[in-house]
Amino acid sequence: MSLLEIKNLHVEIDGRKILKGLDLVIEPGQVAAMMGPNGSGKSTLAYVLAGKPGYEATEGEVLLDGENVLEMSPDQRAAKGVFLAFQYPVEVPGVATMTFLRTSLNAQRKARGEAELSTPEFMKIVRQASNELGITQEMLRRAVNVGFSGGEKKRNEILQMAILQPRLAVLDETDSGLDIDALRIVADGVNRLRSPQRGMIVITHYQRLLNYIVPDVVHIIANGRVVKSGGKDLALELEANGYAQYVGEAA
Amino acid sequence: MNADVRTMKTSAEQALSAAFTAARGTLPGKGGVAQLREAAFNRFEERGLPHRRVEEWKYTDLRALMREMAPLAAAPDAAAKARAKNAGMVFPGVEARRIVFVDGAFVPELSDLSPEPGLTIASLADTLGKGDGAAQSLGTAFTTDDVAVALNTALMGDGAVIAVAAGAAIKRPIHLVFAGSGKSSAFVRSLVTVGEGAAVTLIEDHDSGEAQVNAAMELIVGDRAQVDYFKLTQAQGLHVASLLARVGANAQFNTFAYTAGSPLVRNQSFIRFDGERTHAGLRGVSLLRGKEHVDTTLLIMHAKGHCDSRELFKTVLDDESRGVFQGKIVVAQHAQKTDAKMLARALLLSQEAEASLKPELEIFADDVVCGHGATAGALDEGLRFYLMSRGISDAEAESLLIQAFIGGAVEEIAHEGIREALMNAAIDWLRARGE
Repeated sequence: MSLLEIKNLHVEIDGRKILKGLDLVIEPGQVAAMMGPNGSGKSTLAYVLAGKPGYEATEGEVLLDGENVLEMSPDQRAAKGVFLAFQYPVEVPGVATMTFLRTSLNAQRKARGEAELSTPEFMKIVRQASNELGITQEMLRRAVNVGFSGGEKKRNEILQMAILQPRLAVLDETDSGLDIDALRIVADGVNRLRSPQRGMIVITHYQRLLNYIVPDVVHIIANGRVVKSGGKDLALELEANGYAQYVGEAA
Repeated sequence: MNADVRTMKTSAEQALSAAFTAARGTLPGKGGVAQLREAAFNRFEERGLPHRRVEEWKYTDLRALMREMAPLAAAPDAAAKARAKNAGMVFPGVEARRIVFVDGAFVPELSDLSPEPGLTIASLADTLGKGDGAAQSLGTAFTTDDVAVALNTALMGDGAVIAVAAGAAIKRPIHLVFAGSGKSSAFVRSLVTVGEGAAVTLIEDHDSGEAQVNAAMELIVGDRAQVDYFKLTQAQGLHVASLLARVGANAQFNTFAYTAGSPLVRNQSFIRFDGERTHAGLRGVSLLRGKEHVDTTLLIMHAKGHCDSRELFKTVLDDESRGVFQGKIVVAQHAQKTDAKMLARALLLSQEAEASLKPELEIFADDVVCGHGATAGALDEGLRFYLMSRGISDAEAESLLIQAFIGGAVEEIAHEGIREALMNAAIDWLRARGE
């Protein structure tokens, strides 16, 4: 069975049609790059997978391990293994990062009928993951993303992903706003999480990120549908020729 | 028609007048104190209870809200004292000095009166009864013609008279517990004088059941003193409380008000910074549900320059509750280099909840840094989604975000044990909400 199967997905926001019959399959272990011009529906796809309120699927199915997630609340989807690394991670004043990580992990474990982790077990996981991403203890004590730089916020997203160990990770323009050093740290973090059991959708505008996170497959999305799929060379071709031909095709 | 705006006395006003007339001969204190009472009573007779056309009481129309006056409390009996044993907030791990009042009367057998150098604690009734000089500064902390304060002065029965000697650092927080045993009225008045360079933590804790309470706390803070004052309110009956404070130079002065589970509360603070280079933090959290109404009103007078004050008040409103915040900072003409920042924030959890926020600045000096802000809004849906996308349930996300909202104010409390106790009390309130 495919890890993720999206069939004929139509999504509206405030009555405006954004996704118009999108089909997509992600196999276990696969890293899929999702590229496309502004307004093509890339971020909408990310949000509708995570279950953001207001993103209404009017038609179609999203099957995660064969189960339709569209009727599930965001927290239920997270417990099933959906993880969205936000393009713009929000600041949560007053909630310490450590508390947030622990509450998230234990909530998911509880939803799956697993026991909560003890403090030493939890600390061990956090320590290892944060060291690898260059996240200091001081940052973990601070409120979630408050006062974090753009790069720190993105690293914090990858830290959450490393701790929550999702089945399907969706990275929404994780490269935006990162300098080259930060990009490398984030990409290394993502690459460490590649696994035969996990699928990843890497949404990006640019080929640059794909030099660091080398995809197994590249999908081009335009006007709310996947218009072309191919190997990693497709991204290079896009870099050279732009999206013009696909935008025209879709219209 | 004549132009007199005073209408007929309400039944509560008649009862208040009758109560004073009947009790004036037996209320503690002669001479100057008796004169103080008479003058205050006359002010009440002229003005009546404050109502919505009195600017400071616009959002809390006491005249309309106080339908009846409960009879003045009699001396508490053994059963009432027994119930008061566990009254008040519990501060795990904090060794506090507990001083207990039941129905407005001091109960020495429930109070910790063990001696400590530099600290004297007496009951107001005893002090006034003796004609003791200790009460000479009564009524001098802050001069106001507010009628709720006047009623307190007219009818004050008992309270704490505490003096901290210059230079004394009082080790344990003083926990004043005001318990109530029934539907009676109590007028409690406390007077705390803190000498130069002294340090004390004071908790005024009203766990007064159905009693109607008019409380006033006079705080006179000397130069270089450090005072942390907490006002905790959990009251089923009408609760009107006034803080009257005068703060000297180079002092550290912090206040924190915590109100939850109380149908009708007015907490008013009158604070005067009377010396230079004092640092003050005035903060509070109110948690409202049902049809509760909590009014926080501040009048902060920066009379001398080079002081800074931070005001931060947060209100969480559920159901059909109503929150009021009025904060006025006045900077006198010569109070240059005043640095005052006030922020009031209301979190509305229901469509029917209502918050009225009125921050005001009156600045007569020209070289100051002052600011104020007020916000009222619902929980941020973007934050809620972010938390839920990590697996946190809707209810838990909401609870976490409300905690974070409150936490911004509670985290400013320096005393760890008190900070944790208040945060836990707030979390209990949140849990009860989810049930």
